[in-house]
This record gives sequence, C-alpha cells and structure tokens, in this order.
Amino acid sequence: MHSRSAYPTDVYFFATCVVDQFFPGAGMDAITLLERQGIRVHFPEEQTCCGQPAYTSGFPDEARKVAALQLSLFPNDWPVVVPSGSCAGMMKHHYPTLFADDPARKAAAEKLSARVYELTQFLVDVLNFKPEDCGSDCTVVLHTSCSARREMGVHVTGRKLIGDLAKVKLAQQDHESECCGFGGTFSVKQPEISAAMVEDKVKALKATGAERVVSADCGCLMNILGHAAWKDQQEGRKTPSLPGEHIATFLLRRTAKENTQ
Amino acid sequence: MSARDRILAKLKATAPESAGDLPDVGGWYADHRTQESTADKAKRFRHFIELAHAEVYSVSRGGWLQKLYEVLSAKQIDKLLVAPGTVHGARAQSDLPPLGIACPGYDTPIENWKPAMFNDTPAGFTAARGAIAETGTLILWPNADEPRLMSLVPPVHIVLLDAANIYNTFHEAMQTEGWQDGLPTNSLLISGPSKTADIQQTLAYGAHGPKELVVLMIEENV
Amino acid sequence: MNAPQTPHALHFMPSAGFRARAKDVVENPFLRQSFRGAMDFLMSKRAAQFPDPEELESLRRLGERIRQYNLAKLPDLLVQLESNLTRNGIQVHWAETPEEANAIILGICQKHSAKLMVKGKSMVSEEIELNHAAEAAGIGALESDMGEYIVQLAHEKPSHIIMPAIHKTKEQIAKLFHENVPGVDYTDNVDALIQIGRNVLRQKFLEADIGLSGVNFAVAETGTLCLVENEGNGRMCTTAPPVHIAITGIEKIVEKLEHVPPLLSLLTRSATGQNISTYFNMISSPRKPGEKDGPGEVHLVLLDNGRSQAYADEQLRKTLQCIRCGACMNHCPVYTRIGGHAYGTTYPGPIGKIISPHMLGLEATANMATASSLCGACGEVCPVKIPIPELLIRLREESFTAPHANPTMRGQGAGHNARISAIWRAWSAIYASPALYRAASWLASRFRWLTPRRQAGWTSVRTPLQPAPKRLRDLIKERP
Repeated sequence: MHSRSAYPTDVYFFATCVVDQFFPGAGMDAITLLERQGIRVHFPEEQTCCGQPAYTSGFPDEARKVAALQLSLFPNDWPVVVPSGSCAGMMKHHYPTLFADDPARKAAAEKLSARVYELTQFLVDVLNFKPEDCGSDCTVVLHTSCSARREMGVHVTGRKLIGDLAKVKLAQQDHESECCGFGGTFSVKQPEISAAMVEDKVKALKATGAERVVSADCGCLMNILGHAAWKDQQEGRKTPSLPGEHIATFLLRRTAKENTQ
Repeated sequence: MSARDRILAKLKATAPESAGDLPDVGGWYADHRTQESTADKAKRFRHFIELAHAEVYSVSRGGWLQKLYEVLSAKQIDKLLVAPGTVHGARAQSDLPPLGIACPGYDTPIENWKPAMFNDTPAGFTAARGAIAETGTLILWPNADEPRLMSLVPPVHIVLLDAANIYNTFHEAMQTEGWQDGLPTNSLLISGPSKTADIQQTLAYGAHGPKELVVLMIEENV
Repeated sequence: MNAPQTPHALHFMPSAGFRARAKDVVENPFLRQSFRGAMDFLMSKRAAQFPDPEELESLRRLGERIRQYNLAKLPDLLVQLESNLTRNGIQVHWAETPEEANAIILGICQKHSAKLMVKGKSMVSEEIELNHAAEAAGIGALESDMGEYIVQLAHEKPSHIIMPAIHKTKEQIAKLFHENVPGVDYTDNVDALIQIGRNVLRQKFLEADIGLSGVNFAVAETGTLCLVENEGNGRMCTTAPPVHIAITGIEKIVEKLEHVPPLLSLLTRSATGQNISTYFNMISSPRKPGEKDGPGEVHLVLLDNGRSQAYADEQLRKTLQCIRCGACMNHCPVYTRIGGHAYGTTYPGPIGKIISPHMLGLEATANMATASSLCGACGEVCPVKIPIPELLIRLREESFTAPHANPTMRGQGAGHNARISAIWRAWSAIYASPALYRAASWLASRFRWLTPRRQAGWTSVRTPLQPAPKRLRDLIKERP
C-alpha cells in the first residue's frame, strides 16, 4: 500500500496513447514538473494505451488484451502517474472488473489500481506541491474531464493548483461540470450531438473572457481546441480565439524561474 | 402455464440466493433526523406547508370554529361540505348555518349526488389524523364518516389539525402508529393545494384538486 | 384535427431514425434554448433539495440497498403482494407482454360496458400503448395529467417521464387549446390555461366509467398501492370512477412499508426538487361496505415486458432499481441537446437507453447505447445509484459483439458489424504489442502529412486530428 506521508523517490509515468502521439509536449512538461520535485520518473517503453477506447466501445476482449500488456509494465511498488483523468480512471476503476474472471490478473489489477494517480491529484495529494507563480497577471479557465471529476473525484486538485498561482485568475464558465462532448467514439458515432455539445462548451469557455483554457485531459483538449480552431477558420480569424494547453505545460511555464527575468 | 407462473418461474430461476439483511431504515432516520418539541414541529410543519401555498391558522382547542367561520366569510363561501358523523363535522353543522353558512353533510353514497359534488360544492371540511413536520404534510385517513372525495373535489379544503399529532418524519408516523399492521382503504399525505408546473415549468395552483388548502392548527398555547 | 404534426412520426422504431431526429432538434436553436432552460431549472431545483452531500450520499446508499434487497426477493414478494392484495379485495392480473396487458385492461372495461377511461399519469400505460388499444376497441382513453393531456391533444408522446409536455411553449399550448377545445379563446396565461384543462377534465372525472393509474411503489406486507402526484388527477382517477385499474412493472415492489419513506424522499427531491409531492396516495382496498365513495372494484395489472430478462443478469438487474424520477435525463447533456422525442422510445434519456433494450429488443435499440459520451452525470445523480454508464458499456458489448449461443438479451449481436469488429481486433493486436505499436505510431508521425483532411464525423466541426511530428518516446530519447 502506498503511504501518503512518505515522499516518493520514483514514479512510473504512463503517458497515454493520446499524449504519446498527439500531445508529446504535454507529456514532457509533466515529466519535467515531476523531476523538479526531486522525483525520478520512469517511462516504461513498452506502454501503449490503457485500452479504454475498446472497452467503452463494447469490445472488452480487445480491451483486455491491451490492458494485460500495461498490467505487466509496473513491477516496482512506485506510484503510477497518468496525465489524464480518463485513462487513470480506466486503470484505477475498470481494470479490476475487466479481469474479474482471471484471478491472477485481477489481483495484479487491484494492486495497480491502488497506486494509480492522475497527475494533478498526485501533485496535490501526494507531493503537496505548491506552485510558486513566476508569471505575469493572466486569466485562465479550467476544463475538467468527466472522468477526472466523477470517476477519479479529482476536479478539486486542478482547481487548487491554479488557485495557488498568485497572479492567475481562474475564470468560472457556465455549466462547468458539463461534458465537452468528446466521449471517444461518441464524437464519431453521434457527430451531430457531439458537435452541439462542443459548440456550447467552447461558447461558455470563450464567454468568460479568459485568455486560455487549461485542462488535465488531452482528449477534451483535442475536442475543445479542435472546434475552436475550426470556428476560427470558418470565421477567418488568423489568431486562435481560444488557445489552450495541458495543465502540466501551463504549470511548468508559470513556475519556471526564467519567467522572472 | 399462466402468465403468472411463467413470470414467477423466470424470476425464481435467476433470483440471487440471498437478499442479505433488511435495510436499516430506522438507523438512517435515527442518524439523520432530530426529535423536536411539539412547538418546534408545529413551526416546521407550518413553514413547509406555507411554502407549498397553504394557509395556516393557529387556533385554541375551543376557538377553531370561530376561525373556520372567519375564513369562510373572508373567502365569501356560504356552503361547506361536512362530515356529520364526526365531532368536528357535527359542531360545524350545528353552529355555522345560523351564521349564514349552509353545511350539507356527506351522508349518502356519492352515486346519489356526484354532479352536485363536482359542480356545486365550493368547500369541504375534514380533520387530519396527524401531520409531518419534515415536509409540511397532513396525514388523512378518510373513512365511512369522512369520505375520500371531501378533501379532493371541492375547490377549497379546510383541515382541522391538532398540533399534538405532528410527527417529525413520515417514517416516525408510520412506525409509531404501526401502519404496517393494517392500512385503511385509502390513506393520504397532503402537502399543499393541488398544483402543476406542466406548462413551461410555471407553477399554477388548482390543477385538479383544491385550489386552496387551509389548515386550522390547534395549539395549546393559543 | 389540425393539431401540429411532429416531423417524424413516433412509433416504437427507435434506432432507425435516431440520428435524423436528433439532428432536427440540435439544429433548431429555439428548441435547444428551451430544453436547456428547462433542464437548468430542474437541476437547480434538485440541487437546492440536497444541501448536505453526506445526507444525500447516505440516503442514496440506503435507497440503493432497499431496491437491491427487494429485487433480490422479487419472486417471493410478488406472491406476497398478490396474496395480500387479494385478501384486501384488489384483483391481481399478470401480463408478460403489452398485448396481454391491454387485453386484460380492455376486458375489464368491456365487462363494465365502459365508454370512457380517465388516465392518471402512467408511463407503463404509454409503454403498452394502451390509448391506441382502447381507441381500437371503441373505448375513449383520456389523459388527465395536464402535461399528458396537452401531449394527447397534440397527438404526440411525452418527451419526459415527469414533465411530459416539457418540449412545448405556453404559446403552442394556447394555440392547441384554442383550436381543439370547443369555446376556448386564445390565451397564453398559464393560470388560465390550467383552468381550461381543469374544467374540461372535471366533467370527465364525473362521467368516467374507469380510472386508470400507474403505481410508484407496491407494498407487499400490507397489500398497498402508492401513487405520487401533485395535481390531484391521480386521486381523481383512483377515487371518482366506479372501477380503478392500476398497472405497474413487476419491479416496483417493496416488502416493508417502512421502505417507502426514503424512496419517496429520494424520488420527489430528485425529480422536481420538491421535499414531497402534494399528494401521496396509498390504496389498500376497494370501497368497503358503508364507505360512501371510492371504486367498488380495484385491479392491479403486473407487467413483465422484458423486465425478467434484465432480472436474469446480475449486472443488468440494476436497471430495475429505477424509481422513475427522471433526474438522469435532467442532468444528461445529450437529453438536454435533443429532448425526449428523438429517442423514439417510451422512456427517453439515460434510463430509456438502459431499459428499452429489454422491452423492445436490441434489434430496435442497437445504436441507442452509443448516444452517450459516458460523462457519468446520470450515474452521479441517480437516487438509487444505478451505474448507468457501466450498463451502457455492457449494452454496447451485447449489441456489437458477434451473435453467440445462449444470449442473455433478445437481439444480442444486432449491432454486430464484421468490418467494425475487424478494426477493433486489429487495433487490439497493435496496442497489445509494444513492437507493433512502436512501428505503427512511428509511421503515423512520420507520415503525418498523409493524415486525411476529412475524418468521419470529427471534422464536421473540428480541425483534423494530426499526430505530432515526434512522439513522446522520441522526445524522451532525445533529451540531453
């Protein structure tokens, strides 16, 4: 059992397939952020994907094969840090049920589940990380993924980290807790409904007047920023009307000492 | 095999082996609801039922008839349906007509006078068996003397309640009175006048039942 | 009749036109705005009822426990209920299908030479399409819940299980009344509109031969039918006509009377944000000798219609915990965008997606489970803790995996598509193999310029997805 009082020396980093392929910068920033806290970060090279896309699409056998690979990648009793609430939620909450009929793997899944952390949760709850703000005044808006909020219950930690930044004002969007409409294959299977949801989400985020959106989930960012950029194209804007980035990138930039110069 | 036997057979074949212990409903109420004094229960009851648009008047044990008369006069109601077989109904029927308020009694089966009940009965007067403070709720057990439609069809329903019979919760009411050992034909909880929000979520009173609910609450210190 | 027609006729053929119907609503800014407003209203009302998160959570746990306990004993409780109702003089009937239920109800009507049946709000009667069956048999079936009455006048179906006419504006209702109720001038004053409905329906309560109602809880130990309502039409239907017929699904049963208060509290607070409904009506027998009103005959029809299929599976059985509060739809971002009619099922929204496949089969509902982003808002607010997102995933599996012997669900494999299954198998093979994944992701980033500009569904409102030039694993390797 991982104790909260002990400050960890080593962690595994499970990047997620989306970060590996689409947001590698966010992954690097998360790793750097952890290293700055004096932690050795291990990236098991054989990692691929948590298996969630197949699992939520109704293909558990296919998901199990992929999940089984990840199960074997974290032999030491170190925390597993995941820069995504939804992939962390998959590993923490769904792996044990996914392997319900396979006692050996089920036991492994339960052991893994106990040491899976979403990045902001790990920073706040385990490291007690208090970011020191080195940036200038700005206003941001935070979008928390549904899995981070409802499955992992970590919507408070991202908020806390941003709240700790002295010069950052956190704007409050309308219908904050509502889904952005991504939902993995949902956005492709029900494009009309998904489009309506992301349209409303982007409108609400923009209406706050915040200069950027920050999120701890790259799936939501892909959806939200993809729609905002599409809208910019449609309306002939050259600069993005709603820039955004992963919270790791934002935190790293705000806390970088070179910003004070 | 009948539909009954087929349904039961299917369920029996797949039912879990054990249901586990009985849910601890009493424990939940003990942990989450407080026991209040009669005065506090009366206050809470009044607060919630007034929020639901009922009128509540505190009356003394001897003074309710006077208040009943005042309420009817203020609403310009000159006819009140009463239950002659009850003490309060008989009182009303003997004392109100001289003051200009007719008090027909509900003393014959509804089939004999249904149109008059629906079209020519402006108000009904019943007692409440008790009440529930938590939700501002009246408990009525209609019976042969004081039938069911009295509290439903007339546009104004006036209820006599003894504040000594207010319970903290619905659960306490049914447990204390042992309802599980036998319920009457019809038992009712009433928590305000009839209402609906079915048109554009706009609240409107008097959907199908009484448009107005008046509670005469007997309290010892009044 | 010149009532407005909905663009898509509504019958039980949910999956087929779902996307088209959803699109119609999504592209209608007026409807979008009005659903959003209505759902915001209901969400804030509910939130105000649960100021203490600990109380809410413990009450939900109790509600879940009560429902699971009673479901576990369901076959025994049904027998106990039947025996106690019969002892009390209430006649009990059993129906496996909607057809059987309609035949029982119409048989009772015909025995009494009934011409008019007034109906209290009953989603089960919608489920069996009783109104059509009654009309076909020459019996008038009139809805008396204000929302249901409006929807029936408009020849539509309810779009919400608690607020049937939530899709209509007062102006539309004003026009509907003006055109369909004799002698009524146009008014969009809500009080006046309710008065019009009240006056029409009062006469019907007076004339009706049969009153029909649903049931919110049936109590086995006392033989009691409980009804929750605000308007008083439920009491009218169960008191004024000479015969009362109640219909319910077999799952709505509790063993103990004391199971009712927590469920009632969860129901009204979750549904409409009321601490209790105006009326809670407990019926335990027909009129007894000497009593002056109330129906001389009371019947209860117990309907299966696929519920025993859900019951047979430990996970799917949780579907039957539902107490029909509608909070899942009020909090659902999909329902909020498309409204209830788009689903095409009697029960819309999240609960509709998980219950309808048992009633209609997966053939008719195969794609409904995909209409969810699995955001979890439904499961979060469910007063009896039904894990709706988990059940949606399970239904996706039942629908999409290849048909197999001894399926647990009717229509298992109905959504199976060999091409899609092959894609997932290939996906799995790549992602389960570090070497294949390395190769595939390297190719994707290397040849990122080959990424299609049009990506099914995604690019209709978003810029195309394109892998980064270097993967995270490449960046790690390149670190100094």
